[in-house]
Order: sequence, then C-alpha cells, then structure tokens
Amino acid sequence: MIDLHDLRLDDARALLQHDASSSLPEPDESRTQYLQRVIDQLCELSLRDPLTGLANRRHFRHVLGREIDAVARSGESALLLMMDIDHFKKVNDTYGHLAGDRVLQAVAKALASCVRPMDTVARYGGEEFAAILPNCPPSFGKIVAERIRATVGSLNVLVAPLISLQVTISIGGAYAPEWVRSTTGLWTDRADIQLYRAKSEGRNRVYIDQQPEIAVSAEEKNMLFGHLSMGNPAWLESVSADAPVGAADSAMNRVN
Amino acid sequence: MMSDVLNPPQDNVAAPTVPLKPLGKVLAVTSGKGGVGKTFVSANLAAALAKRGHRVLVLDADLGLANLDVVLNLYPKVTLHDVFTGKAKLEEAIVRAPGGFSVLLAGSGMVEYSRLTPEVRDDFLRIMSGLIPHYDIVLLDTGAGISDVVLFAVSLASEILVVATPEPTSLTDAYATIKVLVGQQKRQNIRMVINQTARLGDGRAITTQLQQVLDRFVVTEPGRPIRLIHLGDIPSDPSVRQAIMRRQLLMQSTPGCPAAMAISLLAGKLEDTIIKQKA
Repeated sequence: MIDLHDLRLDDARALLQHDASSSLPEPDESRTQYLQRVIDQLCELSLRDPLTGLANRRHFRHVLGREIDAVARSGESALLLMMDIDHFKKVNDTYGHLAGDRVLQAVAKALASCVRPMDTVARYGGEEFAAILPNCPPSFGKIVAERIRATVGSLNVLVAPLISLQVTISIGGAYAPEWVRSTTGLWTDRADIQLYRAKSEGRNRVYIDQQPEIAVSAEEKNMLFGHLSMGNPAWLESVSADAPVGAADSAMNRVN
Repeated sequence: MMSDVLNPPQDNVAAPTVPLKPLGKVLAVTSGKGGVGKTFVSANLAAALAKRGHRVLVLDADLGLANLDVVLNLYPKVTLHDVFTGKAKLEEAIVRAPGGFSVLLAGSGMVEYSRLTPEVRDDFLRIMSGLIPHYDIVLLDTGAGISDVVLFAVSLASEILVVATPEPTSLTDAYATIKVLVGQQKRQNIRMVINQTARLGDGRAITTQLQQVLDRFVVTEPGRPIRLIHLGDIPSDPSVRQAIMRRQLLMQSTPGCPAAMAISLLAGKLEDTIIKQKA
C-alpha cells in the first residue's frame, strides 16, 4: 500500500492549487482515489493552455492525429481551421502584454462559443488558434468559419479603464483528405496556405480549401435510376444480383 | 531517354500549369467510387494487351493507397517513392508483372506526395514523359474519389476509362466523376466499362442512361458534346472472386471464363482505337 507521505507531491499540489483545483485529499477519499484525482488533474493541466484555457498544442496534435485516422476509415468530412488575430503585434506594442493577454482570452472565449462541444479549439501558439471540427459537412464549414470571424470582429475587449479594443481574425481552412492515408502535416499545411491567403488578401476574411464540385442533384439521380422504381426487371436484377453487402455507402455521397 | 527523366534540364523553371496537355497513349482508369474493380480491370486489361504483343505499363497513380501490389501479389523493394526521393533510378522501380506487362508501384511512402505541390507535379510529369516513349500504352490506375491527385493523374491521360458497376452508388459516382472531368478538363470522349453485369446488354443500357442524364443536365460549350463510348461489359463471374482471393490475374488463372473473355474483347477494342491510331 502506498503511503502518501512517501511521495513527493508538493510540486504537483502547488501546480494544481495554482490552477484553483482542490489539491489536498478530501475526507471521504481513499489514497488511491486521491492519487487518481491528482493524476487526472495533472493530465488535464498538461493538455490546456494556461492563459486561455483552450487545448494546447500538444492536445491539438493528439486530436488531429486521431481525427485524420478516423476520416481515412470513415470517409467522414472533417474540417481544420487555422486562425490568426490580425495585427496583434500592434496591440502588444501599443497597450502592453497584459492588454494582449486580455485580447487573447477574449478571442479564445469567443472561439469556444462558436463551435459545438465535440469540436476542439486550441491555442496553436502566440496569437494563432486552431479548431478541429469532426463530422463537418462542407456546407457547414464556411458558415461556422464566417460565424467565428464575425463574432471576433464584434468583440469589445476592455484592456484598461475606458480603453476597449476591437480586433479581427483571419481564417484558413481545409478538409481532411478522405479515403487516403495522409499525415497531419499535410492537413495543417493546406489550412495554413488558406490562412496565408486570407492574410495576404487583406485580412479579416475566410478561405477554405475548395473541394471539387461533385454534387449530384435529386433530379439527376431520379433520371439515373428512375426506371428502378418503375420496376424494370432486367435492371433490378442487374442491380441486386452482385451488389456486395455494405456497398450502399457511396464515396461521393459521403463527400457530399 | 530514361536518363532525361532522372537528369532533367536545369531550365525547367516554368512549372506546368493546369490544365496540362494530355500525353499520348495514356489511359486513365478511374471510377469515382472505390471497390468497383478499377485495379482489377487495369491489371487484367494490361495482361490482355500484353498478350496481344504490346508493351504495357501500369502505373499506380493512387499515390496514397496502393492496391496494385495486393492485386498482383508484388512487393518490390524499390518503388516510385524511392524515385521521388532520389534513392533509386526510375528503371529500378519498374517491375515485371506476372501477366507480361510492366508495373510502377507508388509505395506507401508516397502519401507524403499526396499534396499536389508544383514540385510533385513536375516530378510526376517528368517521370511520365520519360516513360511514355518506352511503351505502346500506359495505364494509370487512379485512386477512388475525385481528389486533386486523381484529377491531376487523369489530366495527364489522353484517354479516360470509367469503370462502374450497375449499383446505384457506383453509377452516381461515375456520373459525378464524368461531370467533374467535363467541367474542369473539358473532356469530351469518355470510355465506359460496366463491371459485374448480370446479363447481356445491361452495360450498354446503363451507358445510354448515363449519356441521357449528361445530355440533359450538363451544359457544355457549343459543338463540344460529351460522348460516352461504351467499351463493353464484364459479366458477373465467380472466377473473378477466386482469382482475386488467390491474388492471381484472371487472364492467367482462368483465361477462358466469361469475364476474362470480355476483358480480351475490351483489349481488342482499345488496341483498335488507341494504340493503332496513335502509332
């Protein structure tokens, strides 16, 4: 049995205390439960950005890796957004780093408010943020990115008495490559290229890596298979005879 | 000629831009949906063409997901990936497949190249232009879906072969693929092979149906209509499954079965329309 007095928990306790978590054993807690809680809280701490409370870069990388594997198997549409606050250096230079921190915190809060609970918003570094949106249909991606841009643009960040700042954000996005094994590096690169494009074309805008237009309308489908429902026996037989089980999931349909 | 591939002239500053001018005698085999027999058709068509005395190369243009190695039961030490990274010469990556044709496999490391940077385009284009003079026909086995890599590979081909099965999902994807190729690459003539048909005439009926939907919904420039050419059907045949399970070419395991005979017919038509015309 572990004796808590044999363990050097002071550093861990100090860290957790600083993070406003309860760092001492609760009266009704066993030693194992207490240690488990300390470990859980430390893990939690190691995944978060201390300033903004968002996922940190380590956590972001982990989620991104998991997501790209999921997409390769499922063909589900997942979006990565890379976001950078425009002219942030000017905020720091003019109003100081504390003001800069306030802006980062306010933007982080705004970002988190714009996405679903299943999405991961991270501070990527400096004034750059990233969001991973699993199961995000192409039609939804542009909407959510625009929502983020507008929300950040409408913020009034109080950085000192009577001084409130307004900032804008540039956003670049890319969908995970479907049906191919790929790397997280390639995915982030594609989103970064779009972010760079948003920056170089005037900032405060959204660019998302375009996928080819492959929508097939209901009308077209109806004409393609219209005679199916009309019961053309030859066609029905040819369709049902050798259709492998589970083949109903069309690659293209999933892309749409 | 091969050395030109590996030691390109230094004045190649101007990167090729899309749309690329299609190269001669290159047939892209594509499908939209995965799992319709694209690689199976490519490999066996190559064997049938080789049997007719042609020099045939199949290139695994599915940079991310190589399947040709599985179908042909080939696991070469040197792949296209080693050529791209400068570890090997192009000649070393070309292997002889059981059916008497040549194969250039991408290798799993090629996933790093699945983003189409100008460098990747250049490398690919240079390799392709070096290869073409050595063969009567080059078949590009493209990946599933309509990714930029697939579209790029198809853009290098003079001819397109779309493989579909009679399943609605496969037909929808084939239709979507054709639409994109017509829209982005201004393609006019597209050959169709309908795989796994239940009875004679089904394939032609399907191609006709696709043509009618295209005529109705896809607007092309005046005087440039889309023309689907029905190359033929491959009937549903239990021998196909057996060959795939044994990792053999159908043309070798059961050359007399209905599906193999259908593929021989397809090869004959390709010979007449592509190889002889361009020779």
